Amino acid sequence: MDVTRLIIVAVGGQGNLLSSRVLGEAALLAGIPVRMSEIHGMAQRGGVVESAIVFGDAASSIISDGCADVLVGFEPSETLRALNKCNKNTVVITNMTPLPPFTVAIGRGVYPDLDQLQTLVKEKTARLIAFDAVALAKEAGNVLAVNMVLLGALIQTGILPLTADQIKEAIRTKTKKAFVETNIKAVDLGAAAAAQD
Amino acid sequence: MHKLLTDQPGEKMLLLGNEAIARGAFEAGVAVAATYPGTPSSEISLNLFQMSHESDFYFEYSTNEKVSLEVAAAAANSGVRSFCMMKHVGMNVAADAFMTLAYLGVKGGMVILSADDPFMFSSQNEQDNRYYGKFGGLPLVEPSSVAESKEMVKYAFELSEKLQEPVIFRTTTRINHSNGIVELGSITPPKTKGYIKKDPMNQVPVPAVSRNLHVKLLKNLKLAEEIAAQSEYNFIDGDGELGIICNGVSYGYAKDALKDLKLEDKVKILRIGFSNPLPASLIKDFLKGCTKVLIIEEGEPFMEEAVKAFAFEEKMELTIKGKDETLFSRLYEFDPVMVTKNIAAFFDIAYTPPEVPDLSNVPEIPQRPPNLCAGCSHRASFYIVKQAAQGMDTICPTDIGCYTLGFLPPLSMGDFLICMGASAGASCGFSAATDQKVIAFIGDSTFFHSGIAGLVNAVFNNHNLTLVILDNGTTAMTGHQPNPGVEMEKLGMEGYNRISIKSVVEALGVPKITVIKPFKVKKSIKAVKEALEFKGVSVIISEEVCTLYAKSLKTLKVRPFHITDKCKNHKTCINELACPAFFLKNDRVHIEPDLCVGCAVCAQICPENAILPLKNRE
Ligand SMILES: Cc1ncc(C[n+]2csc(CCOP(=O)(O)OP(=O)(O)O)c2C)c(N)n1
Ligand code: SF4
Ligand code: SF4
Repeated sequence: MDVTRLIIVAVGGQGNLLSSRVLGEAALLAGIPVRMSEIHGMAQRGGVVESAIVFGDAASSIISDGCADVLVGFEPSETLRALNKCNKNTVVITNMTPLPPFTVAIGRGVYPDLDQLQTLVKEKTARLIAFDAVALAKEAGNVLAVNMVLLGALIQTGILPLTADQIKEAIRTKTKKAFVETNIKAVDLGAAAAAQD
Repeated sequence: MHKLLTDQPGEKMLLLGNEAIARGAFEAGVAVAATYPGTPSSEISLNLFQMSHESDFYFEYSTNEKVSLEVAAAAANSGVRSFCMMKHVGMNVAADAFMTLAYLGVKGGMVILSADDPFMFSSQNEQDNRYYGKFGGLPLVEPSSVAESKEMVKYAFELSEKLQEPVIFRTTTRINHSNGIVELGSITPPKTKGYIKKDPMNQVPVPAVSRNLHVKLLKNLKLAEEIAAQSEYNFIDGDGELGIICNGVSYGYAKDALKDLKLEDKVKILRIGFSNPLPASLIKDFLKGCTKVLIIEEGEPFMEEAVKAFAFEEKMELTIKGKDETLFSRLYEFDPVMVTKNIAAFFDIAYTPPEVPDLSNVPEIPQRPPNLCAGCSHRASFYIVKQAAQGMDTICPTDIGCYTLGFLPPLSMGDFLICMGASAGASCGFSAATDQKVIAFIGDSTFFHSGIAGLVNAVFNNHNLTLVILDNGTTAMTGHQPNPGVEMEKLGMEGYNRISIKSVVEALGVPKITVIKPFKVKKSIKAVKEALEFKGVSVIISEEVCTLYAKSLKTLKVRPFHITDKCKNHKTCINELACPAFFLKNDRVHIEPDLCVGCAVCAQICPENAILPLKNRE
C-alpha cells in the first residue's frame, strides 16, 4: 500500500491532537496501517504542537523535511513555519485566522503579511487551500471545532486513503458525545470550503 | 472503565506508546508501580495511576526516583511484580539504589523504565541510558515501535524473573509519544501480596556479602548474554554481504530506507532489541558473511564500540562504521531521510534526497517560545523578588519546573541551573565562594524531590542565602501530578497525608522564614526585602495555586481586567511582567479578556492605576 505523509501544525490549545486521534481511529476502522508521532513543546504554555501521521506500509512514525504529502496548518504563521516539511507536490491546507505569538503581541517581532504568506506557500507547493476555519467553526456551533473544519477540508482533497464517512464514524465513536453533532457539521463545512477553493 | 483495563484479548486499539507500555505492565500482572514524573515518561504513570483506582494493583507517586526505585525493589524482593518508571535523568537520582540492587537481585519480576530524550525536546541533557545497563550489569531491552513496546514489557517481566535481576526497559521520546495500533492481550491478575523471608547473608550487602553477590551478578550477566543471543527481540531480516545493525526507532527508518533504495535483498539488518549484554555470538555470526556493516543508533556509539571489539577479537577484516563526521552524529535524533542518505552513502548507492523548498525569501517568522501562563503565580513571585532585590548584586540559582521560564526577559530571574534540587546546594557554594547576594528559586515538588537536602546543608553550615520556595500546590510542569505537599482531597482522593513545607522549614531550624501571597504585590515586596536583608539562611515560601491547575480543578474564579483610558502608555505592565494576556494594538496596550484570569498583579504595578476589573463582561 502506498504511503501518505501528513503533518499537522497548531498552537497549543487548538485541538490538533484530537484531530490526529480521529484520523488514527478512522484508519484503524478502515484497516489502514497508521503511525503517528506528536511533539508538544510545552503546549499548555502556548508553544507549537506538531503531529506527523504516516498512513500505509512504512515503519517510520516521523516525517523528514521535504517529505509531507499534505500539510494542515491551524494557524497561518505556523503553516509558513512548517514549509520546510513540504515539497513542490505538497498540498497545503491552512486556517487563515492568525493567533499572533506573544512576541508579536508585545512588539518583539512582526507577524507575516497574510497575502504574502499565501503567495509564498503557493509558489513553493502544488496547491494551497486557505480559508477562515474559525468562522466555519462558529457556524457549526463551536469556535473550538476548527480542528474538525480542517479535517473536513483535508478529507475533501482525497489525498488520504480515508473517506468522509470513516472520519464521521470515528468522530461518533471516539469523541465526546455532546460535541458529535457540531463536529460533524464542522467537517461538512470544511469539506464544502475546500471544494470551492 | 479506563480503556486500558479492557478485557478483550484480540481487540485492536490505537494507543500512545506510553499507553501501550502501561497496558503491557497491566497484562503482565504488575502488583506495585512507583514513579516520579518526568517527560517523556509521564503518561505511563498517569494511566497506571488512573487504572489503579479501578484495579487491584498498587500505584504511587514517590518523592523522587530513588525512592520509587527502592519501593519497587522491596516489592519485587517480596515476590510480587513491580514496575518503576522515570525520565532518563531520573536514573541518575536513582543510581545509588540501582547499582547495589543489581547485586541483591529480585524475586518477583522488576522492570525499571528509563525514558530517554534524544534532541532534548523537554530535558536538560540527552544522556544515553543504555550505559546504565552496562554500568549496573543488568539486562536492558528497547523496543522499535509502539506495538512492540507492549509485548516487550511483558517479556521484560519474564526475563527479570528468570534471571532474578531487575530489567531495564529503555525508550526514547519517539516511542513514548508515538501512536500505533496495538492488539490487546490477555490480562494476568496480579499477585498483590508477597512475603519476604529474612536472608541477611543475601540481602544485606556488607562487604563480605557483596563479594559473593558480585560473583552472582556476573554469572547472571553471562546467562543474560546467552538468552540475548536466542532472544526473539534480536533478529535478522534479509540476507547479503552488506549489513546494518540498529536498535530502537532507527530500525523503522532503516527498513523504510532499504525499501526506498531497493536494497531489501542486498542488505541484511540485525535488529537489536535486547541490547545489554549484547549477544556477542549472534553479532559475530552476523559479521562473518559481511564486507561492510553500518551501525545505526541514536545517541552514543554503544553498539558500535562493542561490534568493533567483536570484529577485532575474531580478527575479521571488514569495514564497520556508525558515528563518523560523514555519517551519523552523537547529537540529537535521527530522521528517515538522514538515515536513507547515510545508508546510500555508506553502500555507494545513488540517492537523491527529497527537495526541500527554497525558503530564502520567506520573512522571519516570529518565534513562539513557551511562556508562563496568564496569571501564573510564578510571574508575580519573580516580579516581587526582583523589585525587593533592586540595588543588590545578586546571583539567582534556579531549578527545574515551570518557573525555570522565569529566566527569560523581562523577568530574567534565573542565572544558574544544573538539575532538580541543585538550586539549594549550589546556593551554598555561591555563598562560600562569592560575596554576591544569593537568591535561589525552587518549586514545591522539586523541594520535596531533592531540595530539602540542600537546605539542611545550608542551615548546618550556616550559609548566607535566601531560598524562595514557589509553592503552587502541584507538580505543574509535567502535568500537575501530586507531590507530598498537595491537598489530595481536592483531587477527590482519600488516605493520604499532606506535608506542610512551612513545618518542614521550621523543623530544620531556618532562622528567618517568610510566607508571602504573591498576588498581594506591595505587602510581599516589603516582606521579601526584610528576608533578603537577613544574614544567614532565610526562606521565603510563596503560596499561590497554579492557575492552570486551579482551572482544571474548576476552583479558579476568573475576573478579567482591562486597561482604562487613564493609561498613559508607560507600558510598565508589558515591559516588566509580560503576561501573555497583554497585546499591543496601534501601540497601545490591551488585555485579551479570554486569556486574563484576573490575578490583578498588573493592576497593582500600573503607575496610573489604569488597569481595572472589567465590569460588564458580555
Ligand atoms: C531528575 C528529574 N526528574 C524529573 C524531571 C522532570 N521534571 C521537570 S520539572 C518537574 C517538576 C516541577 O514541579 P515543581 O517543582 O513543583 O514546579 P512547577 O512546575 O509546579 O512550577 C519535573 C518532575 C527532571 N527534570 N529531572
Ligand atoms: S502551568 Fe501553572 S505553574 Fe506552569 S506556567 Fe501555567 S500557571 Fe504557571
Ligand atoms: S490581571 Fe493582568 S497580569 Fe493577571 S492575568 Fe490578567 S492581564 Fe495578566
